[in-house]
Amino acid sequence: MAAHGAVQHRQGLSNGMLGFILFVASEVMFFGGLFAAYFIARADAPSWPPTELLTEEQLAAGVELHLEWVLPTIATVLLVLSSVTIQIGVMQIQRGNRTALMWWLFVSIVLGLIFLAMQMYDYAQLPFRADDTIFGTTFYTLTGFHGAHVAGGVIFMLVVLVRSAGGQFDAGNHEAVEACSFYWHFVDVVWLALFTTLYIVGPRS
Amino acid sequence: MATIAVPRTGSAFRPAVLDWLTTVDHKKLGILYLYFTMFFFAVGGILALLVRTQLAVADSTFVSNDAYNQIFTMHASAMLFLFIIPIWAAFGNYIVPLQIGAVDMAFPRINALSFWLLPPAGILMFSGFFFGGSADAGWTAYSPLARNTGTGMDLWIIAVILLGISSTIGAANFLVTMFRMRAPGMTMFRMPVFCWNVLVTSILQLLATPVLAAALCMLYIDRNFGGSFFDPNGGGNVILWQNVFWFYSHPAVYIMILPGMGIVSEILPVFARKPLFGYKAFVFATLGIGGLGFSVWAHHMFTTGAVLKPFFGFMTFMIGVPTGVKIFNWLATLWRGSITFEPPMLFALGFVSMFLIGGINGTYSAAVPVDFAIHDTYFVVAHIHYVLFGGSVFAVFGGLYYWFPKFFGRRLNDKLGVTQFVLMIVGFNLAFFPMHLLGLDGMPRRIATYNEADWEALNMASTIGAFLIGVSMIPFLIAVVAAFMRPKDQPDDPWEGNTLEWATTSPPPVHNFDSLPEIHSERPLFDQRHGIGGHGVHPATGEGRG
Repeated sequence: MAAHGAVQHRQGLSNGMLGFILFVASEVMFFGGLFAAYFIARADAPSWPPTELLTEEQLAAGVELHLEWVLPTIATVLLVLSSVTIQIGVMQIQRGNRTALMWWLFVSIVLGLIFLAMQMYDYAQLPFRADDTIFGTTFYTLTGFHGAHVAGGVIFMLVVLVRSAGGQFDAGNHEAVEACSFYWHFVDVVWLALFTTLYIVGPRS
Repeated sequence: MATIAVPRTGSAFRPAVLDWLTTVDHKKLGILYLYFTMFFFAVGGILALLVRTQLAVADSTFVSNDAYNQIFTMHASAMLFLFIIPIWAAFGNYIVPLQIGAVDMAFPRINALSFWLLPPAGILMFSGFFFGGSADAGWTAYSPLARNTGTGMDLWIIAVILLGISSTIGAANFLVTMFRMRAPGMTMFRMPVFCWNVLVTSILQLLATPVLAAALCMLYIDRNFGGSFFDPNGGGNVILWQNVFWFYSHPAVYIMILPGMGIVSEILPVFARKPLFGYKAFVFATLGIGGLGFSVWAHHMFTTGAVLKPFFGFMTFMIGVPTGVKIFNWLATLWRGSITFEPPMLFALGFVSMFLIGGINGTYSAAVPVDFAIHDTYFVVAHIHYVLFGGSVFAVFGGLYYWFPKFFGRRLNDKLGVTQFVLMIVGFNLAFFPMHLLGLDGMPRRIATYNEADWEALNMASTIGAFLIGVSMIPFLIAVVAAFMRPKDQPDDPWEGNTLEWATTSPPPVHNFDSLPEIHSERPLFDQRHGIGGHGVHPATGEGRG
């Protein structure tokens, strides 16, 4: 039965990592569906944000369709920074330095939590809600699903941190750390695509 | 590799029930999938009989309009999401690791998770009946209807998302298994054709199902949080739903048929005693169907006027080409074979002939002017049933009769199998052929009743056919019960098979194989039986160098 064991010692990607990459590919398609909805809505609208769609009641209630960009820009910088910090953590465990891995994981978790806190604050002060036209619906759906993935990533990093604290992972065996950083980079890239789409491409008359 | 301690079934500390509930063995999970899906096949079948009873005569009042909408919606949802798609996971789970000579799937615990997401999904989907009515917008759940209908719809959405997660992680599991767990000598181009079909199916599931999940999330947001995705008043677009839905659901029809094609391609060579004609052409045709499958979704939407009709019409004709290649593969495999007609072979031949009709009437619909005439008529209902019942369901029963000895160590009675096949193919054609004529005559699908007396005779024929299909399940059930009343008496290889699952006992031990034959071609057991191989090159096909 040694023959079956042979597959475990192949070079290159491990089974776990290959499976994880496939999982992330499916996540890409999920966000692809949401982005498609945004672009179709944007192309359909006479202008973007589609202020002419607001009803009398919505106008009377003080609904305005515009985004605040200062806070999200700071949040973007922090999230990109957290991608750097977790990658440093991976490099540390590749050299067998588990203590450094734990510190860099901790920094990345804090950055992720700050990002989530800023997103919640942003949500609280924006002058429109998810039920205020397709603009509100797409904004909260896209950023909301991304935020949920950030939260998932933070939990993933916490699990990896707890496992490191328990003495797991070394230079030759740290698949979960690699997978975790891969996932975190994916969450980061989705945010960069979202930030570009929502804030930089922005309005159209 | 035999480092995994396997708890003994039925020991004092671990009763058999607990063993089944906690198993991560791909064979046991395959059997669980099989029981689950056959249960919902029965449920979906009973709903189908209710539909046919209602439509048997004009101006029928057998069920109310509301009840009818729920019944046909749940019939399709059960058959597609809870029967056909997961039953391929039943066969895939049991057979794929055996056919590639692996000990298990790549991720046994994720495999268990894939299965255990199904029962809650099935319960959720049907629990709508206890909360003011189940989903009733059809399995396609078009807006605006699906935005405005009752609570059953929300339960349906969540159930389908759960099923989607199950199918996505299951697909990743199958892919890693086939990429990484093959036995020495089992190169990609020696993998059995069934495995190749599961592989392409898995790629489609992995990349298309999340788009459906996105669509369902949008629908849920529209329904519960005041979203405007599919509401033109808020700047949304109802056609968006059709685009994202069919972006999944057209690849999904290949998800529902490709593993069936794989099963048929396993059965035909065994019972014609010839190798599958054009193995590589078949594999590339499967990949071609997978690739083209992503570029034809909008042929469901020609009449919306919102899609590029020449492109999607052309691509739909194109996808007929690899499908046609497969039909010729099968016919050439049969040509001058020493054919015997055991039940697996009968169902496989039923598949080839009925699927051919479904392919041809589907290609008619690819022509845009024809599509405008028959859109949303019973012609489309005839088409879907010729490919999914005449295709997939015949392949399911072919696979059950073929692999039952491997699954359970017992053989289903041949005479009962032949009886079931005859009743089923007669009932099937009586039920669904008249729908072509009804459709051409303009009978719309999804109506609770009609008052055209002209349509009555054909509808009655269709209803009689549907009940005949129901009757055809009786010999099958008798065969199953009779088989389980007998001891396990099946040899390793009752059919003189070609592939590795026949190299182990029936049923296989927990670790699958005590020893594997050398693999020099895509037919290792044939080679072993005839003393071929061991020198590198397959004498018949020239394959297997090095």
